[in-house]
Amino acid sequence: MCTHREMKALRDVTSSVRCAIMAFLTLLLVFTLASAQKKSSCIECHARLDDSKLSAPAKLFDNDIHRARGLSCNDCHGGDPNSDTKEGAKDPSKGFLGKPKTVDIPAYCGKCHSDANLMKRFNPSLRVDQEREYYSSVHGKLLRGGETKVATCISCHSVHGIRAISDPLSSVYASNVAETCATCHASADYMRSFGIPSDQYTKYKTSVHAAALYEKQDLSAPTCNDCHGNHGATPPGIASVANVCGQCHARQAELFQTSPHKAAFDQKQLGECITCHNNHAIAKPTDHWLGINPGSLCINCHKPGDKGFVAAGSMRSQIDDLIASIGKSNDILDQAERAGMEVSRPKFEMKEATDALTHARVLIHTSVTAEVDKVTAPGLAAAAKGYQAGLGALSERRFRREGLAVSLVFILFLAGLVYLKVRDIERRQKQAAIADEG
Amino acid sequence: MNIAALTAWLDERLSISTLAAMAQKKEVPVHRHSIWYYFGGMTLFLFTVQVVTGILLLLYYRPSAENAFESVQFIITEVKFGWLIRSIHSWSANLMVATLFVHMFSVFFLRAYYPPREITWVSGVLLLFIVICFGFSGYLLPWNKLAFFATKVGTEIAGVIPIIGRPMLRFLRGGDDVTGATLTRFFGFHVAVLPATATVLIGIHVLMVQLHGMSVPPDLIDKPVKKMKFVPNFLLRDLIGWILAIGVLAALAALFPWELGEKADAFAPAPAGIKPEWYFLFMFQTLKYLPAKIWIIDGEVVGIMAFNLVALLLFIVPFVDRSPQNKRRRLVFNLVGVVALLFIVVMTIVGYVT
Repeated sequence: MCTHREMKALRDVTSSVRCAIMAFLTLLLVFTLASAQKKSSCIECHARLDDSKLSAPAKLFDNDIHRARGLSCNDCHGGDPNSDTKEGAKDPSKGFLGKPKTVDIPAYCGKCHSDANLMKRFNPSLRVDQEREYYSSVHGKLLRGGETKVATCISCHSVHGIRAISDPLSSVYASNVAETCATCHASADYMRSFGIPSDQYTKYKTSVHAAALYEKQDLSAPTCNDCHGNHGATPPGIASVANVCGQCHARQAELFQTSPHKAAFDQKQLGECITCHNNHAIAKPTDHWLGINPGSLCINCHKPGDKGFVAAGSMRSQIDDLIASIGKSNDILDQAERAGMEVSRPKFEMKEATDALTHARVLIHTSVTAEVDKVTAPGLAAAAKGYQAGLGALSERRFRREGLAVSLVFILFLAGLVYLKVRDIERRQKQAAIADEG
Repeated sequence: MNIAALTAWLDERLSISTLAAMAQKKEVPVHRHSIWYYFGGMTLFLFTVQVVTGILLLLYYRPSAENAFESVQFIITEVKFGWLIRSIHSWSANLMVATLFVHMFSVFFLRAYYPPREITWVSGVLLLFIVICFGFSGYLLPWNKLAFFATKVGTEIAGVIPIIGRPMLRFLRGGDDVTGATLTRFFGFHVAVLPATATVLIGIHVLMVQLHGMSVPPDLIDKPVKKMKFVPNFLLRDLIGWILAIGVLAALAALFPWELGEKADAFAPAPAGIKPEWYFLFMFQTLKYLPAKIWIIDGEVVGIMAFNLVALLLFIVPFVDRSPQNKRRRLVFNLVGVVALLFIVVMTIVGYVT
C-alpha cells in the first residue's frame, strides 16, 4: 500500500509528464506548420545582403508574375533553396546555373516559355513561339551573330520584377512600350554602332497614334510593337509597310491596292502609305494634303497637265464643295434651332452628308475622281436637303410671327369690343339706377 | 320652331330661367382688392385650355418609350398647327400653376377661407396638389432627356419618405427604375386619374363659391361695400382677361416655342445642372442646402417631411383661423404668409441663378 505522501508524489510526476507531452505536441505542431511554408534560402540570404546589386533580385521578386504563379529562384537558376549554406544552395550537382550570359537568355527563358505542355499548367492562353520569333527578329539575328548589345527578353520585360503585360506597371504594358523601346532606340550613342537613327521615339510622340494612346488613353492605338512586331521585331520593308498599316486601316489599304498609285509606287520603290503619311511622325491628315495648291502632297510627284494632277485637283474640289455645302446647311439649321424651331430630324439627317464626307476622304486612296464622286454626289444632295429644311424652318418662323401679329390685332380688337360692351352695359345700368331713384 | 319656343322647351326641362334668375342675383363686391377675384376664373380658363389642347394632342401622342418622343416630334413638325397646340399646352400649364399660386395666396391674405368657406379652401388646396401632379406627370410624357432625369430625381425624392417612400417610388415608377412602364403609368395619371379627380374637385369648388358668394376682406366686413352684378358685368370682365390670356399664350407659343430637347436615353449620363420645373425649384434648392444629417436623421428626409407637414398645415388653415376679425391672429397669419412667399420667391431665384 502507498502512503499518502507517496500518492501525492506519484500525482505530481503524472502531472509533470502530462505537461511535457502537451509542450512537445505544441512544438511539433508549430514546427510542422513552419515546415509547410516553402523554404527559399536564396531569397532569405539575398534580401539580407548589403550589396544592392545582389539584394535587388530578392526584393524585386516580390512583385514578379512568376512568384505569383508559385515559382521560385531555383526554377530558373537551379540549385537547392532548402540548403542553409551558400555552397549547398549553389551546388552545381543540384543543377545550379547562376546568372545566364546575354546570349543564353532567350534559351534560358525559352526553356519554359517554349514548352507548350509546361505553359499549359500556368497560362494556357500564352503563346509558346516567343523564342522562335525572337531569333527571326533583327535583335535575335544580331545576337546569334555575337552582338550582345541587342535587346533580349529581359531588356524589355525586365528581370526578377517581371509583371504581366496587362499590368499597367509592366514595362511592356501598351502605354509603356514606346518608353521601353526608347531606352535603347532613343539613345544616339547606343544606336551609333548599329547605324540606325534614334529619333523614332521623338517623332512617334508627335504622331496621331501617340495622341490617341497618351491623351485619349486608347490602349488599342498603335505603339512600336503593333507595327514592328514584338518578339519578332523587324522594321517593315517597302513591300510590306502597306500590310502593316492595313491591319487597322484595312479599307484605305484595299483601295490603294486597286489605285494607279500601286504600280507607280512599286516601280519607284516608294513605301506605300509612308510616302504621304510618314512613318513614325504620322500627323492627322487634313484636306490640304490633297489637291494642287501649294502645300499639298500630290504636287510633290504630279506636275500640271498630267492625269494625276487633274485628278488631285478634281477630288479636292469635290471634297471642298461637300464641306462648304455641309457648313452652309449646318449654319442655317443652327440659326433655325436658335430661333426655337424644331430641326432635330434634319440635323440628324445631315449625318448622311458628313458620313459621305468621311467616306470620300477614304475613297481618295483610289485616286479615281469618279469613285469619289459616287459618294460626294449623294452627300451634296443630303446637305442640300438639310439646307432646304433650314430654309423651311426659318420661313415657318416668319409665318408664325406674321400669324401672331394678325391674331393679336384680332384678339385686341375683340377684347376692346367686350370692354366697350361692359362700359355700355354699366352706363345703361347707371342711367336705370338714376331713373329708379328719380 | 322659333328660338322662343326652343327656349321654352329647354326651360321646361332644365329650369334655365331659375338658373338665370340665380345668376342675375349673384353679386361681386367692389373694393380695392377686387382684382384678386379674377385669378380663380383665370385658373379655370387655363385649365379649360389644357383640356382642349390636351385632347388635341391625344390624337397623335403615343405613350410608349419607343414612340413618345417621335410622336411629339411628329406633332410639332408635321401636324398642321401641332407646334401651336403643343406649345400652348406647355405654356398654359405653367401659367395655370402661376395663377393658381396667386389665387391661393390672395385667398390666404384676404382671409377668404373663414367660415363657412372651409370646404372651398380644402377643395382649393387639393386642386393645387392635383395641378402639381399634372405638371409632374405631364413633364415626362415627351420622353426627353431632361424630363427623364428630372422624373428620376423627383421620384427618388419621394422614395426617401420613411416607411411609405419605397413602395410609393415603385408604384410611381412601375418598377425600380424610370422606364417605359413609368411613362405609360404617368400617361394614365395625366389623362384619366387626375382629370377625373380635378373635374369633381372643380365642381365642388365652384359650387361652394356659388353657394357662399364672393368673400369680403375682414377689414371691410362691417363697412358698406359697392357691388357689381356677376352676370354680365363681372363675367364680361373675366372674358376680357381670358381673351387677353389667349393673346399671351399665342405670343409665347409663336415667339418661344416649347423645346423638345433630345430623346431620353437611360444609359446616357445625366445632363449637368439638371433642375426641376420652376414650381418645384424652391423645394429642390432647400433640400440642397440641408446638411447630410440633422441630429440622427438624413437631412433630405427631414426636409421632405417638413414640406409634407406644411402641405398638411395648409388644409387646416380655415379650422385654426376661425375669426377673421381677430387682429392678433391676423398679424401672425400675415407674417407666416409673407415669410412663406418670400421663401418661395428667394429660393426659386437662387435655384435659377446657381
